[in-house]
Amino acid sequence: MPDTITLQVARYRPDIEREPTLQDYVVPLRKEWAVLDGLNYIKDQLDGTLSFRWSCRMGICGSCGMSVNGDPKLTCATFLDDYAPGPVRVEPLANFPIVRDLVVEINDFMLKLRRVKPWLMRDQHKPLDEGEYLQTPEELDDYKKYSLCINCMLCYSACPIYGLEPEFLGPAAIALAQRYNLDSRDEGAHQRLDVLSTDEGVWACTYVGECTVACPKGVDPAGAIQRYKLIAAKESMLDLLWPRGAR
Amino acid sequence: MASYDVVIVGGGGAGLRAAIAIAESHPTLHIAIVSKVYPMRSHTVSAEGGAAGVIAADDTLDEHAYDTISGSDWLADQDAVEAFIAEAPKELLQLEHWGCPWSRTSDGHVAVRPFGGMKKKRTWFAADKTGFHLLHTLFQTSLQYGMIARFDEWYVTTLLVDDNRVHGVVAIELATGQVEAITAPTVILCTGGCGKVFPYTTNAAIKTGDGMALAYRAGAALKDMEFVQYHPTGLPFTGILITEATRAEGGYLLNKDGYRYLQDYNLGKPEPTPVMRSMELGPRDRLSQAFVHEQAKGRTIDTPFGAVVHLDLRHLGAEVIEARLPMVRELCLKYERIDPVTELIPVRPVVHYMMGGVHTDINGATDVEGLFAAGEVACVSINGANRLGSNSLPELLVFGRRAGLAAADLAARTLSATTEPSAGIKAQIADEFRRLEREVAARNGSGGERIADLRTEMQQTMEGSAGIYRDRESLAKGADKLRELQERATKATIDDHSRTFNTELIASLELRFMLDIAETMIACALRREESRGAHQRTDFPNRDDDRFLAHSVVRRRDDGSPTVDYLPVTITRWPPAERIYGR
Repeated sequence: MPDTITLQVARYRPDIEREPTLQDYVVPLRKEWAVLDGLNYIKDQLDGTLSFRWSCRMGICGSCGMSVNGDPKLTCATFLDDYAPGPVRVEPLANFPIVRDLVVEINDFMLKLRRVKPWLMRDQHKPLDEGEYLQTPEELDDYKKYSLCINCMLCYSACPIYGLEPEFLGPAAIALAQRYNLDSRDEGAHQRLDVLSTDEGVWACTYVGECTVACPKGVDPAGAIQRYKLIAAKESMLDLLWPRGAR
Repeated sequence: MASYDVVIVGGGGAGLRAAIAIAESHPTLHIAIVSKVYPMRSHTVSAEGGAAGVIAADDTLDEHAYDTISGSDWLADQDAVEAFIAEAPKELLQLEHWGCPWSRTSDGHVAVRPFGGMKKKRTWFAADKTGFHLLHTLFQTSLQYGMIARFDEWYVTTLLVDDNRVHGVVAIELATGQVEAITAPTVILCTGGCGKVFPYTTNAAIKTGDGMALAYRAGAALKDMEFVQYHPTGLPFTGILITEATRAEGGYLLNKDGYRYLQDYNLGKPEPTPVMRSMELGPRDRLSQAFVHEQAKGRTIDTPFGAVVHLDLRHLGAEVIEARLPMVRELCLKYERIDPVTELIPVRPVVHYMMGGVHTDINGATDVEGLFAAGEVACVSINGANRLGSNSLPELLVFGRRAGLAAADLAARTLSATTEPSAGIKAQIADEFRRLEREVAARNGSGGERIADLRTEMQQTMEGSAGIYRDRESLAKGADKLRELQERATKATIDDHSRTFNTELIASLELRFMLDIAETMIACALRREESRGAHQRTDFPNRDDDRFLAHSVVRRRDDGSPTVDYLPVTITRWPPAERIYGR
C-alpha cells in the first residue's frame, strides 16, 4: 500500500471564484482513515480554507454526505484504502445548489419534510396516565426500516428524478411519511394522502431505485414509494366511487 | 435585528423538548431555536443504550433515586434527583405518544434493559439507537408548531447581558457570514457538552462547550467542572462509543489474558449472566479507573492507538446482537473491520460526558436573570461526581421541559420582547459586530500558529493533566499551559477570509470557548483535594466529606482567570455512605 493518496477536492467560494474547480491535495493513506479523515487532514494541516460539514464521524448524524468518485457517500464511513492508489475525487452532493466547496444547500428538503407531516397523528390523544400505546415487535417491524433515515441526502443526490424535477418530494420525505403511515399508533394517513398522492409525490417516481442503492442505513425509500403507490391508487379509486366525506 | 420571547441556543434533545413545552403551554409566545447545525445533526443523535425511567412492577422511584445518588458519590442534589426520577417515566411515555419507536416486549409493552449502576431493569431503549430515535421524534414532532422559528446553522458568539439580565444573543449565519442580534427577555442554553476539550472522546466534532463558555463569559457560574466522565468502552482510533448496553446484554470485559479483570477491583464476582450493580454493570467511573490499574500491571493490549482491553460479545450470539445491538455490529464492522459475533472488540476509556456545567436551579434558571440552561450544558445537579448510564436522555427531557416552562412563564410576564434594546445592549451589539469583523478580515495568514495545532496542544494538555487520575503537579502544569495557549490563540492564523460558510472562523471561536472551559476544569480539580467519583487525585486518594461534600462553583474574574467557591449539597433522605458494588 502506498503511504499517500491524492484527493481531488471541489473548491468553490462564490464570493471569490466564479465557478467550481478541483484542487489536488496529497494526504497520508492509512488503513483506518475514512475520506473524512483525509479532508480533516487537509483542513488542519494544509489548507484551512476548505469547508465541509461533519460532526459525529460514526454514520448517524447525517452531516458528511458528499460525492466520492461520483457516488453519494457518507465520507465518515467511506475508507480511503478502498480507493487506493487513487486519486479520489471528492465533490459536493449532486442535485443540490452549492453553498461553498463541499457544502450544499438542503433547505428544500427541510421544507418538504414538514409538508409530509412527519409526526404521530391521532383522532384522539390518549392521556399520559393511561400508559403507552401497545405495539408488538411485529407491528414495530412494519415501519422500523423507514424510521432509520438519518436525512443525509444521499438518496436525493442519487435520484435522477429529483435532478430533473426539483418539485419532487423525494425519497427520504416519502419514506418518512410512510414511517408514520405504517406505525400502528398513527391515524394520520389520510392527512398525508393529499401531499403524497400527487404528481410531485409518489407518482413522480419512475422506480429507478437508485435511492435504495445509495442509502447507507438500509431504509429502502424505493420500496416505501412503490408500496405507497398501491395505497394511493386504492384511495383514489375509493374517492372516485365514494367521496371521502360520505365514507 | 430579530426579536423573540424565548431564544433557545441548541436544537438537540433539550432544546427541542424546551421548544415543544413552550409551544404547547404558551402558544402565543414566539420561540427561536438557534443552532450551529440542523437540529437532527445534534449530538443527542449519537446516544445509544437507553433512557432510564421507572415502569417495571418490581421497581420503585426510591431505588432509582438511591442508584443515582450512590452513583454520584453523594454529590448530586437529592431534591433535584427526586424531581428528576418522578418525572422521567412521564417524559419517556410522552415520547412514546409522539411516536418514538421504543423496543417492545412480545405483548406490546415498552421493554426495559439493565444498565450500569442500576439495581433494577429500568432503561427504555430503541435497539441501540435510542438517542437517534429520540432526537428525530422530537425534531419531527416540533415541525407541527409554526411558532417555533429556526435559525439553522447559526452560531451564537455572545450573550447580551446588561445589569445581570439577559437580553438575547448575537449570532453569525454560516451560509452568508451575516451577523445578527436576536433579542429576547429569556435565553435557554441547550448546547450540550464539551468532550472536544480532550483528545479521545465519543463526542461529536460540535461538542465544544459553547454554551458553558457563553454563560461563563456573561457572568454566570459554572459548577462541578472537575467531573468529567470517561466511558470505559470506546473504540481506540475513532473514540466511537460502544454502548454500555453491550454489557447489559451480557458482554464481558477481558484483559490480555482473557480474564474478567473487574473482579480484582471490588466490583463483585464474575457470573456467566449479568448481575445488577456488579462487575461489567458497575458504574463508569469505577470501570474506567480499573482500566488504568490494569494497564499499570501490564495486563492490557498495546495497539498503535494506545492500550486496550477486550469486550467479548461472542457468547451472546448473532441473534441477540442483531436484535438488540445492531449499531454496535455495524460500527465494529465498519470502523474496526471486525465482527463482534465472532471476534473480540478492542476498547479503551474515552471522554464521554460532562457532569459539570452551567450552575442552575431545579428549573434550569442560572444566576443571570432570564438565562436558563438544560441538558448536558447544565449542572442541576442530578449527576454529581459520576453520571449513571441512561440518566442523561431523561435528564434532557425532564429539565428541557422544566427550563422551557420556567422561561416561558418569565417571558409571558415580561413585555420587553418588542421594546427597543437599551443603549448598553446596543453598544454590546456594535462591539460584537466589530469583533467578528476583525476576526474575518484582519487576521492574515502570515506567521501565526494553526488553529488545529493549538487545539491538539490543548487536548493533549487536558489528557495529561486532568485525565482519569490527577495530582497537584499535573494540574498546576496544565493550568500554566492553558494560560499560555489562551494568549497564543488570540494570534492564531485565519487563512479564510470568505464570508460564505467560513468554518475556520467558527473553529477559531470554538477553540477559545474550549480554552475557557478547560481552565475552569483545571481550576476546580486543583482546589478539590479529595477523590470522589470521576475526580481521582492520586495525592488525595480518599473522599473527604468534611471538606468537600460541596459543589465547586467557578466564576470568571475580570482578567479572565477562574475563581472557585463552594456551595452545599442538598441531602434529603440518603445520608452520605460508602458506595458498594458487587455485593
